[in-house]
Amino acid sequence: MNRQTLERLAPWLTIAAFVALWWLVVIVFDIKSYILPTPAETVRSLIEYRRALFINGMATLVTTLIGFGIAVVIGMILGIFVGSSRLAYKSLYPILVAFNSVPKAALIPIFVIWFGAGTLPAVITAFMLSFFPVVANVATAFATIEPELLEVMRSLGASQRDMTVKVGIPRSLPYFFASLKIAITLAFVGSVIAEIVAGNNGIGNVMLVAGSNFDVPLVFAALLVVGIMGVGMYAIFDVVEKRMTGWSARSEISMQQIGGG
Amino acid sequence: MSFIELKDVDLIYGNRAADSANTLAVSGANITIAYGEFVSIVGPSGCGKSTLLKLIAGLVRPSRGSVKVDGQEVLRPLKTVGMAFQNATLLPWRNIRDNVLLPLEIVEPYRRRQRQDYKKNCERVEMLLEKVGLSGFANRMPWELSGGMQQRAQLCRALVHEPSILLLDEPFAALDTFTREELWSVLQELWSFRKCTIILVTHELREAVYLAQTIHVMSARPGHILKTSAVDLPRPRTLENTFEPGFVKIVHELRDHIGRGKHS
Repeated sequence: MNRQTLERLAPWLTIAAFVALWWLVVIVFDIKSYILPTPAETVRSLIEYRRALFINGMATLVTTLIGFGIAVVIGMILGIFVGSSRLAYKSLYPILVAFNSVPKAALIPIFVIWFGAGTLPAVITAFMLSFFPVVANVATAFATIEPELLEVMRSLGASQRDMTVKVGIPRSLPYFFASLKIAITLAFVGSVIAEIVAGNNGIGNVMLVAGSNFDVPLVFAALLVVGIMGVGMYAIFDVVEKRMTGWSARSEISMQQIGGG
Repeated sequence: MSFIELKDVDLIYGNRAADSANTLAVSGANITIAYGEFVSIVGPSGCGKSTLLKLIAGLVRPSRGSVKVDGQEVLRPLKTVGMAFQNATLLPWRNIRDNVLLPLEIVEPYRRRQRQDYKKNCERVEMLLEKVGLSGFANRMPWELSGGMQQRAQLCRALVHEPSILLLDEPFAALDTFTREELWSVLQELWSFRKCTIILVTHELREAVYLAQTIHVMSARPGHILKTSAVDLPRPRTLENTFEPGFVKIVHELRDHIGRGKHS
């Protein structure tokens, strides 16, 4: 087997090894299925409840994408603002970091008080978890523009708008697309947690109901659905990133990724 | 007739004037430069050579004294300058043509006419690229070019909007000797066909003598002009000239001055 095929197969081999280990642990330690089901029991549950999992999975996907979409727009705008002015950076960055350090799960009950149970708290939680990496990455891209380049632009009489449109935004795109991959996975975390705490539907709600019925295989099947959706969205943004910003892989701009929680 | 005139210029970096002596970058600098002159500024590192360029470009304002270009006090960034630096600062997402076109998208009157004149502008870029030995590279991306080629492209970008002043801040410092010496002759030729005022900051004395009509020697920080000397060697100068006694003598004298300037 040559190196290329090995690299292509590597992620699948890792998943297979993980499943095998999981299975082995269940058998060796004789763990009951209401504690930890085998992969087979999980898949059986997945097939059995496929309709409910599909409907609720779609609900979670929509919730996540709405929260994520708002996060992308607001994150980009805020990132440009924070990154292009030192004053804005100094005044806003500490509060953004403070905001990001707050455990969002703890805020969900407050959202429920404000907006009632249902989809809205989940959208807000998905937004809150995913907007910070976008802001931080875009702001970093703007703040690290080479000073000589700024001097060239300024000596030509470029306005702030020229700098943003001609240098800032194109330069921030690789950072932006890299942050989308992190943001989308965090958005899933946010919406599922909110659904567990206060949802009427969605995968999180399925997990809550299944858990209270001690239907642990269904909980795991739901987790599997979330995982697959997360990987799928990540893969989509990975392709988009490579398409849009092929130049950055070859140039000297070093990438930096900032996550949130 | 002076085109650029610096009179008793001080520049203090940072906002607290009383902070300490080392924030004083330039002190009592006097320079006059004629229109179309090729001037070089040499001096020990950290002496404020680059700061002088920023003062002339209007990117920083002097703390004391005056900077005049074409009789006008420089109060804001001039739009009639081209700048080039040690690193090429090309935009990595644009090909070479679009990189060189950048000033035409910003500076008036080109900006207003950039759509109608796109074809004409592209031809202008092509002509400039040919002058610096980059014909056929317009569609390449910056990363496909060597360091020397990127510097050539940067020179084109600095000249495309036909500035009256070209400010060069050690543009060849990061290149190997052969490439650097090749670019000396490229720059000399550019200057001979487009007579703009060129101010070249460098620490390479041979480069200064090869290219400039007038050399200003700066002292160590806080920088001021120690000595101004004219280079009366005939043009076009060639690499062979750099080994002749007259050339070597000028280089030696400059080195002496810089050495003394460091310790005084």
